Amino acid sequence: MEYIPQILFLIMLAVGFGLFAKSAMRIRRNVLLGRDIDRKDRASDRMNLMLRVALGQSKMVVRPIAGTLHIIVYAGFLLINIEVAEIIIDGLFGTHRIFAPVLGGLYTAAINFFEILGVLVIVACAIFLWRRNVMKIGRFHSTEMKGWPFKDANYILIIEIVLMCALLIMNAAEANFPDEHRAAGPFLISGLIAPVFSGMSYETLHLIERVCWWAHIAGILFFLNYLPYSKHFHIILAFPNVYFSKLTPKGQFTNLESVKKEVELMLDPNADPFAAPAEPAGEAEHQRFGAKDVQDLSWVQLMNAYSCTECGRCTSNCPANITGKKLSPRKIMMDTRDRLEEVGAIIDVNKGTFVDDGKSLLHDYITPEELWACTSCNACTEACPVNIDPLSIIIDLRRYLVMEESSMPAELAPVMSNLENNGAPWQFSPADRFNWAQEG
Amino acid sequence: MSEALKVPTMAEMMAAGETPDILFWVGCSGSFDDRAKKITKAIVKILNKVDMKFAVLGTEESCTGDPAKRAGNEFTFMMQAMSNIQVLNAYEVKKIVTGCPHCFNTLKNEYPELGGKYEVIHHTQLVQQLINEGKLKVEGGEFKGKKITFHDPCYLGRANGEYEAPRSVIEKLDVELAEMKRSRANGLCCGAGGAQMFKEAEPGNKEVNMERAEEALALKPDVIATGCPFCNTMMTDGVKYNDKQDETQVLDVAELIAQANDL
Repeated sequence: MEYIPQILFLIMLAVGFGLFAKSAMRIRRNVLLGRDIDRKDRASDRMNLMLRVALGQSKMVVRPIAGTLHIIVYAGFLLINIEVAEIIIDGLFGTHRIFAPVLGGLYTAAINFFEILGVLVIVACAIFLWRRNVMKIGRFHSTEMKGWPFKDANYILIIEIVLMCALLIMNAAEANFPDEHRAAGPFLISGLIAPVFSGMSYETLHLIERVCWWAHIAGILFFLNYLPYSKHFHIILAFPNVYFSKLTPKGQFTNLESVKKEVELMLDPNADPFAAPAEPAGEAEHQRFGAKDVQDLSWVQLMNAYSCTECGRCTSNCPANITGKKLSPRKIMMDTRDRLEEVGAIIDVNKGTFVDDGKSLLHDYITPEELWACTSCNACTEACPVNIDPLSIIIDLRRYLVMEESSMPAELAPVMSNLENNGAPWQFSPADRFNWAQEG
Repeated sequence: MSEALKVPTMAEMMAAGETPDILFWVGCSGSFDDRAKKITKAIVKILNKVDMKFAVLGTEESCTGDPAKRAGNEFTFMMQAMSNIQVLNAYEVKKIVTGCPHCFNTLKNEYPELGGKYEVIHHTQLVQQLINEGKLKVEGGEFKGKKITFHDPCYLGRANGEYEAPRSVIEKLDVELAEMKRSRANGLCCGAGGAQMFKEAEPGNKEVNMERAEEALALKPDVIATGCPFCNTMMTDGVKYNDKQDETQVLDVAELIAQANDL
């Protein structure tokens, strides 16, 4: 009978991590539905970027208040979770604070430090809740934030507060244990809460301590499994997302290889116009020009979608959005993720194959009006703390609109024919191009 | 203007058996737009002043394909790019200076993969180099002590990371360089990029250039400086809409230099 808690703990741990692994594999499968793109070059540059931007949060602090609070929660998350190592060992072996006798004074120092961090995390999360729900900061209340995305953010903050409180109450209860039962402490912060529990019997205190201990680890496992269904998955994907982000200048767009080949052939004076088309080399399937649906995007773009935590810095810096246009780069990313989830679900019910559902990212999720509002100014990519690239998706969707659907704003059609016929966007004769030098 | 512009073409240079040190890529705006032609001429005056051995393509120049590419029309872009590269490579061009950040970005970043590998600089970078090397001496002239704010063109700034060259040139004029709240990497677009210049804006509650012009005008500057013919058009419209054209001029960095030094 005495092993029951340990067995329960082991089962809880196995189920928790097992379910998370399953979700993670599902997301990985979905991301890999994207087209291949080579982002394995310049490994050391990528590593440095990841250390600076993801680990070092360099782009978060551009907005000092949100940035500082975020660093507190992030550091709290990383450091306080060191304690989970002890919780797991204690849970599996039926020990209690196994590191306390080993580390001695260092243990007390570490827990004191974690407690201070824990309080800071609670304060930061409370301020975050205040900013979202009371201050009503604009970027948290755009149309795409209605419903689940808004609740999701609040749930995350509340769970984090609960987890931290469990930790502090657990320590506070133990602070009142009789000396022979107390493994460590009292500690800095929980010591201040401890008087709340004074006078209680050891049995009651032990019960409170155990409930908090189990609530904390169960909460962590629940939170772990909540992540893949939430915007909060960014805490995992931020790192690979920055690592694989675009290193070339922001203004550099990709050149479409298939278009290049055709144009090369057109311009080649030695090309035989009557020659039979060359055998398709390997690429059996016709690749669309640009992107209509998520499978036409690259795996990096799809990973971007799962990495987005909907902070809205992109949208709040977007000139189109600022001036009331429909375009919101954040919505582009959320739509891409939602459509990808939908495609993934279709694949799941059809045993691994995608069955056309008559819908697509373009039109059903993202409208041409949104796409045509973009000035390609890169404010969104600059603002993103984890180097997400909404602009590349906008351009890929535009490419599909223009090259596959021949659809573009009416004013742009003559511009294109002017470019082709006159070599300028306006209807001027190329012969007049050098007239400026003769004019006074 | 003190004297006639000297604008040799590549064809003339080649016929004379000469090779220019740099090709001046004028761009469509700089060639056809009446306002932008003044910027082109200012650049030429600077090049003439320092006796730079340069040439233009003249009627052999064609659009880089930037508006087509940003609009998603890769075919038209590729046609323009490939034929431009044929011309540039035939003249064995090594170095290019552009009068427009869009041409600059496209030539510098998107042509190399297609076989067009050149050293490409923006005209504000060239002017900065000329000043730093002591080849171009500049004085504040009529702008001395005036308040100037610089509007970062997206395709020079964020797209290619060049924020300092235009500013260092402006500072040489002994002026007060005032910064808008949204500047450098945080700069706000003028609204023309991504082929927006050639289409109506999508429905909204404000034009992007109005938002930007108001931000600039709030500083009460004597001059809004920029380095892009499209930004110039957008900011000029915004200033006129606010009826501030008598107080605030919109000028390219090259024009500032040329005017201040009576070129």
